[in-house]
Amino acid sequence: MLPVSGAGTGVAARPPIPACLSSPPVPLLPHETGTVIDQDLKTPAIRLRGVRKRFPGTTEDAVAALDLDVERGSIVALIGPSGCGKTTTLRMINRLIEPTAGRIEIEGDDVSNQPPVELRRGIGYVIQQVGLFPHRTIAANIATVPRSLGWDRSRVQERVRELAGVVGIDAQMLDRYPDELSGGQQQRVGVARALAADPPVLLMDEPFGAVDPIVRGRLQDELLELQNRLHKTIVLVTHDLDEAIKVADQVALLNVGGILEQYATPDELLRAPASEFVERFVGEDRSMRRLALATVGDLPFEAGPVVDVDADVTTGLAVIDDHRSDWLGLVEDETFLGWVPREQLVVGTELRQIERFLPAAQVAPSSTLRSALEIIMTSRTSVAVVNDAGRFRGTVTLERIRAGLAGDLDAPTEHAA
Amino acid sequence: MILVTQRNPVLRWSYFGEQWDRIQAAIGEHLFLTLTPVAIGFILSAVLAGIGLRYRWTVGPITLFAAFLYTIPSVAFFGILRTTPLGLSIYTVLIPLTAFTILILVTNILDGFRAVPAPVREAADAMGLSPVRRLFTVEVPVAVPYMINGLRIATVTLVGLVAVAGIVGRGGLGNLIMEGIRRQFWTPLTIGALLSIVLAITLDLLFFLLGRWLTPWARTARS
Repeated sequence: MLPVSGAGTGVAARPPIPACLSSPPVPLLPHETGTVIDQDLKTPAIRLRGVRKRFPGTTEDAVAALDLDVERGSIVALIGPSGCGKTTTLRMINRLIEPTAGRIEIEGDDVSNQPPVELRRGIGYVIQQVGLFPHRTIAANIATVPRSLGWDRSRVQERVRELAGVVGIDAQMLDRYPDELSGGQQQRVGVARALAADPPVLLMDEPFGAVDPIVRGRLQDELLELQNRLHKTIVLVTHDLDEAIKVADQVALLNVGGILEQYATPDELLRAPASEFVERFVGEDRSMRRLALATVGDLPFEAGPVVDVDADVTTGLAVIDDHRSDWLGLVEDETFLGWVPREQLVVGTELRQIERFLPAAQVAPSSTLRSALEIIMTSRTSVAVVNDAGRFRGTVTLERIRAGLAGDLDAPTEHAA
Repeated sequence: MILVTQRNPVLRWSYFGEQWDRIQAAIGEHLFLTLTPVAIGFILSAVLAGIGLRYRWTVGPITLFAAFLYTIPSVAFFGILRTTPLGLSIYTVLIPLTAFTILILVTNILDGFRAVPAPVREAADAMGLSPVRRLFTVEVPVAVPYMINGLRIATVTLVGLVAVAGIVGRGGLGNLIMEGIRRQFWTPLTIGALLSIVLAITLDLLFFLLGRWLTPWARTARS
């Protein structure tokens, strides 16, 4: 936490979001926007304090006194069973729903002090059913907020064309109407419309819930790619744990009645569920889910039962004894040459002369542990070779993966050469 | 029963030449008596629908009232107003005709607004459109196909009803029909009926084309 005075100065110096959006020039490409972010990095982009919502005519809180900080430039997934208030929480951020109590700040400014119309123009919003305006062309749909902000025509046009490229919409489609597009294309337009005025904050309510699993996977990948370039602060509501794990930096798991059960990184959520509810929610196969989450590169480097091809057989035998392996791997100049079975290791022969089996089981540092496990289980040697663009980087074994699961896969690991 | 004879054929073509001025005037009056109530009715219905959308509880009473107006037999309505100080003035005809359009138009306008998908409304709000802007730039345009439908039904219905007003002598083509019945003379009756049908079809087509022109987006839906 920063001292109060420091935080106060930071808040005062920062213009309210709508003002900064309406004062040209707004940078066209979001990666040029870095400057706004420099101010004080410690203040969360979105801060909820004691936010409570009880709908009229109900006796239970839909959201009970919720505290939540969303770090600038991160993706936070709100997840939980139906009735957990995740959508209500999201909609309170842009005042589509007014909280009964509590305080919501965006960049330090209390949202209740800002006129909803102006506030919302500074916050991107994407919903499951997209909600494109059926009577407007794709271009006009994307241009909604810039036009409200009074951008001139050529600037709007340029921005629309640019965004079509960003989200992967064909320029020819811009003159069509929403009904002529497929669900996946509509959702891309929805994202483009939300990004149109380059808002720093993006709210997404089950954005990929209405498309088929294949398109959903692709749109999730595209969102992550987009986020790598745009660094928005994104709050995403989903009921799909896999989606939350895949796209979110932090997951907020809510229980019925808007009770925050755990707020953690996806890996921590899976590794150390904070309550029985969380444990049940993440399911019995949470280890498998973690495997899908972590990559081979997240594990500490391990050479494995591998020696240089110029080593002598005795050394080789010692190494595979050490690893209780039946196979010895041979390496030359960072290139993995292949495997040699134990029975071929006769003292007196040269390792280089022994017939080698080519390594079929190979993974890259970017492979998920789940695919590494798959490869290990189908390999004769029970060891997967880690190759990074042809260069030998080590090996992965079942034992190594199990050890990895016991630890914190989020923590940066040292990769010894 | 009027007999068709050689002296009283279904249609005597020379009638057009001889009575062209009267026919023309009848068409003009028929058009006026159709379109004026539709226009006034549309404005009144828009206001009523607006009240209904703003105060939900009024939708029931409004619809009930409109239905009540709709169920009064037109002949009775004309007859009753004739006995009032309005007498045989144009209002004796315009008021009932306008009243008839309201049920059709109010229900169609309300349907139109109900047809605006909730996500579209939500997105409009979330994009920072003010309620007034949302109404005029999103909800009204999306409701237009329903409004056009209402206008088409109301107009075609009124073309027929205007003819009934012929019994109080203010019925456009209905006057020709009444004259034919009174004089046991086929030709004006046939002409009045045929032109009334042509008028109804023409106006319907015009509204249909207006709808297409106003809503290019509504006919492009993916199959």
